[in-house]
Amino acid sequence: MALVSSLRGIGSRVVNAVWRIGYASRFFLMTLYYSGLSFRRFRLTVREIFFSGVMSLIIIIVAGMFVGMVLGLQGYETLKRYGSESALGSLVALSLVRELGPVLAALLFASRAGSAMTAEIGLMKATEQISAMEMMAVNPIARVVAPRFWAGVISMPLLAAMFSAMGVFGGYVVGVVLIGVDEGSFWSQMQGAVDFRHDVMNGVIKSLVFGVAVTVISLFEGYDAPPTAEGVSGATTRTVVESSLAILMLDFMLTAFMFGE
Amino acid sequence: MERSTLDLWVGIFVVAGIAALVVLAFKVGNLSTYNVSESYSLQANFSNIGGLKAQASIKSAGVLVGRVTSISLDTKQYEAKVLMSIDSRYQFPKDTIGKILTSGLLGEQYIGLDPGGDTVMLKSGDEIKQTQSAVVLEDMIGKFLYNKAETGK
Repeated sequence: MALVSSLRGIGSRVVNAVWRIGYASRFFLMTLYYSGLSFRRFRLTVREIFFSGVMSLIIIIVAGMFVGMVLGLQGYETLKRYGSESALGSLVALSLVRELGPVLAALLFASRAGSAMTAEIGLMKATEQISAMEMMAVNPIARVVAPRFWAGVISMPLLAAMFSAMGVFGGYVVGVVLIGVDEGSFWSQMQGAVDFRHDVMNGVIKSLVFGVAVTVISLFEGYDAPPTAEGVSGATTRTVVESSLAILMLDFMLTAFMFGE
Repeated sequence: MERSTLDLWVGIFVVAGIAALVVLAFKVGNLSTYNVSESYSLQANFSNIGGLKAQASIKSAGVLVGRVTSISLDTKQYEAKVLMSIDSRYQFPKDTIGKILTSGLLGEQYIGLDPGGDTVMLKSGDEIKQTQSAVVLEDMIGKFLYNKAETGK
């Protein structure tokens, strides 16, 4: 009997997971379908850009700066062994623009803004604000979900670009100002190695994809959360876990697709 | 609709984001060195291009004069066909020699153009007839060992 019940448990988990994936896909398509309002009343989206984008600025700038500084230090230590400290600029810039910028900015965005979105929508549902909107014939997807989705998609590439730019500046501070790598070769090697279309634009595309993934996961988790205190807290946790995993897996796929030959 | 401080913050955010992208494009990336001037194309066949890649630089007397546009295998002669785009400020004589060279010991490979003395210049679409292939280390070691075996007893 124990075997049967455990099999039944596994089965119901699988069915439940597939069910949720289907529901999430429908949720995503509905969000796209009802996106008109978030551009006609752009004010709604601007407000959400403020809460998800502007409020994440500080953490993005500080984290980017420190990641760049660490890259500068570690890169210098390693490159020094081969006598090629002048390649420090290209090392810092390439790793930031291609990978660390989009990925770390998205991870920070997921835990800073994504979890807030989930908690907000989950609480709106728990306090029956969503049902109240439906009663007033206001579509909650158009009014609540879509503006947040577009705000996330717009903010993410900008945040990632700021992260990379701050990281390069941090690398410059440590490498050139503190350690004393030659400034000219730092910048010229960097410019020689980083291609605008191949590296910078692919980083922007990556962060756009991450923006879509993180916001869809956060909004769906909020919308799907059981309307209890426990339900909302569980949904917030799931948002951070799922979006972090999604970012890292998508990053691998995108990297293989973009930079693999 | 009236303006609010919220709009100001979002404006600052968007401007800072775009500024960061511009910095990445011009200061970090190579958009500022992109060739916007006119260019013309030349082609050359090499029996072995070694590690030459598309977008590799083309230099003459050490000065960057163009980029490799594409590399393909010519199945008639089984040679590598390299298409190059050259800045139209620079013209080269008909008997120019194209060589595949390496910058530094382990650096990347590029094409060096050695101009000849012809008075007729290469036009767009022309082919550089005289070429010198990349030096392949394995071939060189092979030749060296072969010579050693012949001479040394």
